Amino acid sequence: MTQTMAVAKALNESLRKALENDPKVLIMGEDVGRLGGVFRITDGLHKDFGEGRVIDTPLAESGIVGTAIGLALRGYRPVVEIQFDGFVFPAYDQIVTQLAKMHARALGKIKLPVVIRIPYGGGIGAVEHHSESPEALFAHVPGLKVVSPSNASDAYWMLQQAIECDDPVIFFEPKRRYWDKGEVDVSALPGDLHRAVVAQQGTDLTLAAYGPMVKVCLEAAAAAANEGRSLEVVDLRSLSPIDFDTVEASVKRTGRLVVVHEAPVFYGAGAEIAARITERCFYHLEAPVLRVGGFHAPYPPARLEEEYLPGLDRVLDAVDRALAF
Amino acid sequence: MSVKSTAAGDSPAKGRGRTTTRGTAAKRRAGEPGLVQLLTPQGERVEHPDYAIDVTPEELRGLYRDMVLTRRFDAEAITLQRQGELGLWASLLGQEAAQIGSGRATRPDDYVFPTYREHGVAWTRDVDPLNLLGMFRGVNHGGWDPNENNFQLYTIVIGSQTLHATGYAMGVAKDGADAAVIAYFGDGASSQGDVAEAFTFAAVYNAPVVFFCQNNQWAISEPTEKQSRVPIYQRAAGFGFPGVRVDGNDVLAVLAVTRAALEHARSGQGPMLVEAFTYRMGAHTTTDDPTRYRSDEEREEWASKDPIARLRTYLEREGIAGEAFYAEVEAESDALAKRVREGVRNMPNPGTMAIFENVYADGSSLVDEERAQFVEYMSSFESGDVATAGTGH
Repeated sequence: MTQTMAVAKALNESLRKALENDPKVLIMGEDVGRLGGVFRITDGLHKDFGEGRVIDTPLAESGIVGTAIGLALRGYRPVVEIQFDGFVFPAYDQIVTQLAKMHARALGKIKLPVVIRIPYGGGIGAVEHHSESPEALFAHVPGLKVVSPSNASDAYWMLQQAIECDDPVIFFEPKRRYWDKGEVDVSALPGDLHRAVVAQQGTDLTLAAYGPMVKVCLEAAAAAANEGRSLEVVDLRSLSPIDFDTVEASVKRTGRLVVVHEAPVFYGAGAEIAARITERCFYHLEAPVLRVGGFHAPYPPARLEEEYLPGLDRVLDAVDRALAF
Repeated sequence: MSVKSTAAGDSPAKGRGRTTTRGTAAKRRAGEPGLVQLLTPQGERVEHPDYAIDVTPEELRGLYRDMVLTRRFDAEAITLQRQGELGLWASLLGQEAAQIGSGRATRPDDYVFPTYREHGVAWTRDVDPLNLLGMFRGVNHGGWDPNENNFQLYTIVIGSQTLHATGYAMGVAKDGADAAVIAYFGDGASSQGDVAEAFTFAAVYNAPVVFFCQNNQWAISEPTEKQSRVPIYQRAAGFGFPGVRVDGNDVLAVLAVTRAALEHARSGQGPMLVEAFTYRMGAHTTTDDPTRYRSDEEREEWASKDPIARLRTYLEREGIAGEAFYAEVEAESDALAKRVREGVRNMPNPGTMAIFENVYADGSSLVDEERAQFVEYMSSFESGDVATAGTGH
């Protein structure tokens, strides 16, 4: 049963289904109740499931995550909303020091099925702290799983899989794609949460991306096709763990890899992918792995973000350099 | 037994100007009218208008036994650290009444969130003392099953567990259970943002949680005056729930006050803050040297308020226990110490591959890959034995 819906609506439907399926699922966060969240991702859920299941919290991120941990220890499955990427840091201690480590601390005797949803990335003309891409700061932490959908179908399915997962999952939502529509088959069985997919097949070069940059890469592939170049696009979907097998298989076919993300290149996901792919298939590479991403500078004011964010031209420039090598 | 917010009633000490001399400040506070006390340092039973307690001779002997065994366990752990069997130990010496009194106030279905110093509380929850020693020996980070005795793992980062306790209590309320949750923390932790946020959440959701602060006067080298300008229990008033200060070296008062606080929580009246006014007689941990920051006089003063001595004086005066009982407890202490000593010495090191275990409940291809690579590396040694090859690199 396929429906057309925006990413935001797909997330909303996914949360509704999770609340229906499992009475232990709770939604917590700032303004997630009557307002339905600042992006309306929880729209209507408070009305239909009540304030016992959809909980407006005090404005304290560490408190939100810390109490979610306690609720998980009691057998609940909290789905926490952090209002914006740049607001997660007060909760960073609870996430890194407690949430990520408690399963290991207990030698596996307790589980922490907590999902932390974070709208992330730029491109919406926002003020400071509303456009950041801090995913590497979480992927670097053992015990956390980190995923990011790029389209409506993945938004719908990956969120439910994250909620069903017995590990803490940091769920990064590409906020500038919230209103992009796509086909969602709500009856189809989803694939593995942590599997990467080839979003577009090609033969000359692989573009690896996730979240908001997948669309940019698909556009780059279309533009390159006009010039007779065949680019493959891999949607990573998961940043911890990363499905290196799919990336490796693609690179073995194309011989070239460019990794694209909004987050700063320095110590970013691209660095890890470049290192591992170089180790895995050095002799298949026709060029060094290149990276396109943000700079080692604070996210700029909105009037500069178009220049800061990797767009079509910067991706194609990297493609040109890789192909010319 | 009624619960009143003592915070409102004992403001006399407030506004008199703070004493900057540490020892003097501590002395003045101990004499505050707000301090709930049922057994004086001289071992005399006194009454308190809000907190009555009716304990049988058997219960009194039980509390004495708990405190003596806990102190003996603690002393044995310090010795084991000095002998190199433990890497570190956080002694509870001096805080036995605060821990035994509060621990014995809990019911089996209540849930405890400790710091890393709650050895006495663990004892009251029937947690095997040997379980507490694994992390200090370095063979695990805790590892016991928190749900077996409703006693969470020790939490090292200060104050974090108060939020977990609050969330857990929110869950208890959702479940419609009549259990209560107790969160332990210290005077140092009272400065942490997480503790303030826990107070806020607990108050807003009326969560059945008791915040039990053992004010042992010292956060490593910093006196309580470096944490707060008001007595810690008075903080509760600003969050909208009752706070009370109890003589933390008086096991009867701690038992009475904690029972009342837990009942307050269980009966749907929301959170409560208990400040147990006590003293850390030993070092912060075995790595600490308290002679660098506090005086012998101060320690001597607190030694005269010893929780075990005052109960023993009372038991002897009232003829509640005789020599046979004390000898029996002494023999039991020796047996416990022996069991702990042997248990620690025989505690096996984990196998090398335990590094990769329990990172994720649902597994991770990343961990699988790195484990496989490490196994291959280890098998490249001549012995090929993964379990023992880890000693070199």
